[in-house]
Amino acid sequence: MTQDAPASAYDMGHAVEAENLATFAVLVDNEPGVLHRVVGLFAARGYNIESLTVAETDRSARTSRITIVTRGTPHVLAQIEAQLQKMVSTRHVQNVTKDPNGVERELALIKVRGTGADRAEARGLADIFRARVIDTNSESFIFELTGAPSKIDKFVGLMRPIGLIEVSRTGVLSIERGAEIL
Amino acid sequence: MTAHPALEADQAADAAEILTGAQMVVRALVDQGVTDLFGYPGGAVLPIYDALFHEPRLRHVLVRHEQGATHAAEGYARSTGKPGVVLVTSGPGATNAVTGIVDALMDSIPLIVITGQVPTHLIGTDAFQECDTVGITRSCTKHNYLVKEVRDLPRILHEAFHIATTGRPGPVVIDIPKDVQFASGPYVGPAKAAPIHDYHPRVEGDPRKIAEACALIAGAKRPIFYTGGGVINAGRGASASLRELARLTGAPVTSTLMGLGAFPADDPAWLGMVGMHGTFEANHAMHDCDVMVAIGARFDDRVTGRLDAFSPGSKKIHIDIDPSSIGKVVRADVGILGDAGKVLDALIAAWKRERPAPDARRLEPWWKQIATWRARDCLRYRPSDTIIKPQYAIERLYALTRDRDAYITTEVGQHQMWAAQYYRFQQPHRWMTSGGLGTMGYGLPAAVGVQIAHPKSLVIDIAGDASVQMTMQEMSTAIQYDLPIKIFILNNEWMGMVRQWQQLLHGERYSHSYSASLPDFVKLAEAFGAVGLRASTPAELDDKIEEMIDTPRPVIFDCRVERSENCFPMIPSGKAHNEMLLGEDAGDIGSVIDQAGRGLV
Repeated sequence: MTQDAPASAYDMGHAVEAENLATFAVLVDNEPGVLHRVVGLFAARGYNIESLTVAETDRSARTSRITIVTRGTPHVLAQIEAQLQKMVSTRHVQNVTKDPNGVERELALIKVRGTGADRAEARGLADIFRARVIDTNSESFIFELTGAPSKIDKFVGLMRPIGLIEVSRTGVLSIERGAEIL
Repeated sequence: MTAHPALEADQAADAAEILTGAQMVVRALVDQGVTDLFGYPGGAVLPIYDALFHEPRLRHVLVRHEQGATHAAEGYARSTGKPGVVLVTSGPGATNAVTGIVDALMDSIPLIVITGQVPTHLIGTDAFQECDTVGITRSCTKHNYLVKEVRDLPRILHEAFHIATTGRPGPVVIDIPKDVQFASGPYVGPAKAAPIHDYHPRVEGDPRKIAEACALIAGAKRPIFYTGGGVINAGRGASASLRELARLTGAPVTSTLMGLGAFPADDPAWLGMVGMHGTFEANHAMHDCDVMVAIGARFDDRVTGRLDAFSPGSKKIHIDIDPSSIGKVVRADVGILGDAGKVLDALIAAWKRERPAPDARRLEPWWKQIATWRARDCLRYRPSDTIIKPQYAIERLYALTRDRDAYITTEVGQHQMWAAQYYRFQQPHRWMTSGGLGTMGYGLPAAVGVQIAHPKSLVIDIAGDASVQMTMQEMSTAIQYDLPIKIFILNNEWMGMVRQWQQLLHGERYSHSYSASLPDFVKLAEAFGAVGLRASTPAELDDKIEEMIDTPRPVIFDCRVERSENCFPMIPSGKAHNEMLLGEDAGDIGSVIDQAGRGLV
């Protein structure tokens, strides 16, 4: 008997694999409770949700697009994809991260407080990141920034010492390059 | 399911037939070929009960508790291959049904569960007998619906049957508010109802993967078929195909608890059940095989034991209709998505076409090895002249019923494992047990459902004294509908499997596992209006079993068995297939299971 023996037979054999982030685009029927089905699936099976976005994308076809960023070993990610696909309300599932043509974007609203030199510094960095100022007064800015999640992380990191006070992010959206559709 | 032809003709003549929601429910059941349903009325479902009152083509079986309705519907479905139908009211009616719904999900049983709901304008107000039925059942159904408009109801009803019965079968809940039951709208039959969802399960296997699997099996020196409930669900044809493929390839066959009966227990290629209480030969063959063909089985933890030591040297072919099952627990070298029956037929066709003609003697060493494992005679037990051994009771029950048209249900625990080990199933659809969820109280109501479907057959619930008390009230249902079910209780006065684990793993501290204050089962039978029988010695057992079989009424049989008998063989928790214990090792089992094993269930 060793202390590092797995606590459960259920996780034996998969413990050593590394975890990766993955983004799934899920096209679902837009009907009451459909988001709960997806979120409930993740909760019931112990999967993480790093970010989640959902909105109706085609009114005539009554479909919504859900974009989920999750984390797991390749084995778990394959399971997540299969479980999502299995839902009766699901039309299509795509692992965007695995797709070389996948594009991921996120929008963030970032509030920074500061006066004097800090204001100039914040404006200058915002220009470099192509962030737009959408509101300002004598002691704060609100920046609007669009880009890959890593770009937003970086901008937030730079704003922190200057006077970052609040961040609101949409979570990741994704789409595929070219003329193909989900 | 076939549509009712006369009704289809009616619909053609009168395309826009206007019915109330309640009438639509009843009509859709008839159109879907339903003849029997199990239920319990209540305020929120009264309009449907009113419509039932006017429908002579449907037989409604009134249960005594909604859990009984779901298990009865499961037994009905499992023994016929048709979906089971349940009708219950809102609130407690729905929540009581949840156990059976989860049970059906875990064991892939097609159920249609119709629940009443408070009127739509009261939803969300904490109304009397309101509960969030679709919220509660979302994670324990294959799909569920809350019907907000009566115009959606016909499509939902027909799609529910399609979803429940195709792909990997499962339970579907339809929650219908009372005002929707009263509202009127146009009814459409199954043929004309447009589906709501884009649901198309794949049933045909990929031919390239089938060829790959065929080549693997032909090249194997130590092949094994590991079959599960999916073969039963795929219909009688799948069981026949499994028998043919096993014969063609010469490979041995084992099965999960849920798959018993797909392959005949009397066939020389049968190894017995696999898993925690499987046979020595089946588990060792699984461990040592070089090619494993898993068909409609899901590598449950009760089957695999310790995963990192599970069949370490084998290539695994996994055939399953559920894509999320393939590779979920154990990596598949060849994963074939499809219906078990169709894939088996494709494998047989590929085998015959390719004519691999492998060396006929290639499997000789494998069979020789299997013979040495069989020689351990792992199901041997110490007989007694004075006390009825539970294993002996099942052996005698089998011997005295094997030539009859018998169906067996069980509760959950030691008696269930003994039934699986000692009752030798030759045909599919004859064995109804709660495998995945392990629901004590399943067997008695399941027997009610089986007997409704097969009124002339011999239906026996092999029960334990603890389990049977969980749904005992359904005896009253059996009396009401004149269902001559036989409740064969292996009465050891303990929650036997709990006691066994406490003895082996918890220092013989028997915490709350003794069945104190047991009822007198003979008198209890009489109180219900059934027949009570009791056997206490091996000498009287046969006569009493014969008497039970010959009694044309419901029987509760109190079979007093050895109290401290344990269920062996056993793979201790956290151990591999080749580390299983036989009865003679029982003394030191406590020292065999390590700390990690104790933490497992």
